[in-house]
Amino acid sequence: MRIVCGVVMAAATIALVSAQAPTQPLHDAQYPDVDIALGAKLYAARCITCHGAQGDAIGGVNLRSGKFRKVVTDRDIATFVRAGSPAAGMPPFALDDTDMAGIIAYLRNMNTFDAATVKGGDPSRGRAVFEGKGACVTCHRVGRTGSHVAPDLTDIGAIRSAGSIQRSLLDPNSQMMPINRPVRLVMKDGTIVNGRRLNEDTYSVQVIDEKERLRSILKSEVRDYTISKSSPMPSYAKTLTSDELADLLGYLLSLKGQ
Amino acid sequence: MAGTRTLVGCGTAALIALLSIQVHGQVTSQRLTAANTEPQNWLTYSGNYSSHRFSPLDQITPANVKNLELQWVYQAPVAGNWQTTPLVVDGMMYLTQRPNDIVALDAVTGRAFWIYRYTPNPDRIVCCGANNRGVAILGDTLFMGTLDAHLVAVDAKSGRQIWKTEVATTTAGYSITHAPLVVKDKVIVGVGGGEYGIRGFVAAYSAETGKELWRFYTIPGPGEKGHETWEACPQKSDSFCDPDAWKHGGGSIWMTGSYDPKLNLTYWGVGNVGPDYAGAQRPGDNLYTDSVVALDVDKGTLRWHYQFTPHDVYDYDSVQVPVLVDNWGRTGIDALVWANRNGNYYALDRATGKFLLGRPFVKVNWMSEFDERGRPIQTPQPPGQPTYPGNQGGTNWYSPSFSPRTNLFYLSAWEDYASIYGPSPVEYRQGINFTGGGPRPYGPVPGAPSFQRAPINTWTESAGHGAVIALDVANGDQKWKFNMTDVTDSGILTTASNLLFAGGREGYFQALDARTGTLLWKTNLGGPINSGPMSFRVGNKQYVATVSGLSLFVFALRE
Repeated sequence: MRIVCGVVMAAATIALVSAQAPTQPLHDAQYPDVDIALGAKLYAARCITCHGAQGDAIGGVNLRSGKFRKVVTDRDIATFVRAGSPAAGMPPFALDDTDMAGIIAYLRNMNTFDAATVKGGDPSRGRAVFEGKGACVTCHRVGRTGSHVAPDLTDIGAIRSAGSIQRSLLDPNSQMMPINRPVRLVMKDGTIVNGRRLNEDTYSVQVIDEKERLRSILKSEVRDYTISKSSPMPSYAKTLTSDELADLLGYLLSLKGQ
Repeated sequence: MAGTRTLVGCGTAALIALLSIQVHGQVTSQRLTAANTEPQNWLTYSGNYSSHRFSPLDQITPANVKNLELQWVYQAPVAGNWQTTPLVVDGMMYLTQRPNDIVALDAVTGRAFWIYRYTPNPDRIVCCGANNRGVAILGDTLFMGTLDAHLVAVDAKSGRQIWKTEVATTTAGYSITHAPLVVKDKVIVGVGGGEYGIRGFVAAYSAETGKELWRFYTIPGPGEKGHETWEACPQKSDSFCDPDAWKHGGGSIWMTGSYDPKLNLTYWGVGNVGPDYAGAQRPGDNLYTDSVVALDVDKGTLRWHYQFTPHDVYDYDSVQVPVLVDNWGRTGIDALVWANRNGNYYALDRATGKFLLGRPFVKVNWMSEFDERGRPIQTPQPPGQPTYPGNQGGTNWYSPSFSPRTNLFYLSAWEDYASIYGPSPVEYRQGINFTGGGPRPYGPVPGAPSFQRAPINTWTESAGHGAVIALDVANGDQKWKFNMTDVTDSGILTTASNLLFAGGREGYFQALDARTGTLLWKTNLGGPINSGPMSFRVGNKQYVATVSGLSLFVFALRE
């Protein structure tokens, strides 16, 4: 039964991946719309009181201009926002990587982006998709719920940008980190270990297998070692509606860890 | 769409199957209670709830220990005193490294599966170094106290944080450095900070949610039993006296307690009183500092206590790991035995706290004898004269061991070591050192080292030396002693094959015959051994592990 399921799952995965939708157009070559939209929400919640809706409420500062007095690169913006400018009355903002990517994307596109078009996903509906139709908990884990077979998503909304998460949903292969690649090890005694790679060195590889067991395997005991570049995760481009995708993204962005 | 349904169906079935498999691998409360039936594993900080630091494994013997061979080394990326004892669960090793990382390793190869990194508050206030001594486990969850006084739960398979609870305010001097103790569905921890005027406590948290379930203050408040030992200041006093001394009376907890399932009691050693040396400003016995407290596991209520050093002015923390011995001395009494920093070896009835035995294991002159109830008759030394044992104690936090095979109790001791105390008044200010003076080491020439020595041991025997001492558990008679030139902070491991493993500041890791103290094997690991060795088995091979310097070394017999 397990073998049959595995075959069906693999076939479904291949079908879904091959039918994936093109990724969403990028707004400004490098800033995905979902990052800009996330930044617009954050700006409205945390920045607008001082900087104003148009970004020009503080004399001598016009955020919409795309030019800043003290910063040049995106990293400069992150450093400045996290440190604040106490002399000017701006407090430090301890934003996680996801939110910072959003704020930067929004500031870079504030002049052209229409915040009124932002269609926010609903995290509670997204959770229902995550645990229901999307069947994400079959492989992923959030807190104490779900499986360890795929990467834990408890704090995904704090470490990955909105754009990256969205691309994972639509084109999983494009976002799979090499260390997470599925591996298949045929041992010299013929037993087979399928799992997700966690670590590897010249002589050994560490995986979490299909039964959620952490295993360290010596390569000297392996007859055949296959590393797959295809994610076992299906694309959700056609299996979820745009509203469901937005909700799911909203839920994932809400996962900030404990 | 049909494909999707199939996918979900298969996934659900697979998930159910996986969950059922997972249960078998989980560390249940029952497994923790019966840890001795799993000799291959090391499930708690001290190896079992009785804190014997004794391994039932016997593959490595006095006859073949000379064939020990290094299997692997794990090097910590952060410099500093490393005091962790790893846990091993079914071939997985979990250990902590500075400042508050948890590392999951393959116990056979030392290769990492994951690393959990916790960044403590940079404004934390921690006495005596960024130490952490290990984790506890229940189910598939690991628990660790942090330097900034939080308790975290971490998924043992993924290394992801499940919950985090603030135990106390770090900027007020609170911290957690010891490995938690898991009992039933609770995670029990205490707080450090005895040099910063904390009000110490032990508390239990839900392993599932991190919610606090009970808290026992080691410094009783007004109206609570024991508060009367924080006596009122005299009407007229020549020296400063603090009428609110109890509010910052110390009583820290910085070593892991023990548990008796039959009595449903958990035992914890309590640290020094604050301020450490300025006794005049806190009249009274200052309960429950320098005591052992026996607490009901379910409620956190005090069943009994015994105070080793009433009104301490020597910093004689009583945080040593409580060791539980059944049928002590064939009397039928289930006892708790204790080698204390104040230089005495004790036995107490662990059901009632009744004093059974107290006698020195090193030179002691701060007291002369015990009264019939076990209270020490103190003999303070004249100003400028040495007090034995010195400030670091006859022993300290170094894990002792009890072998049911030899019926001996083993400890790391500092011998011929004294300090000269110089108290001075101090007013409490949050987050500021609150010791009230300090000791200086007693030595033949001025400037003798206290407890930090350089790699070149220029002081040799002139400022005390270390030893492994074996005591008859029933009467405290010294059965044998293994002397070292330098002092030692090493814990001790014994095994069912009558081996004893210990180290010291010199960096030697040595195996002794637990029956005689005869040196059987040694290797120079090059860095001080400040933690307790442990042993485990994977497959058919027994391993022995110890930290030395910045590295964890794992040995097994040469094949």
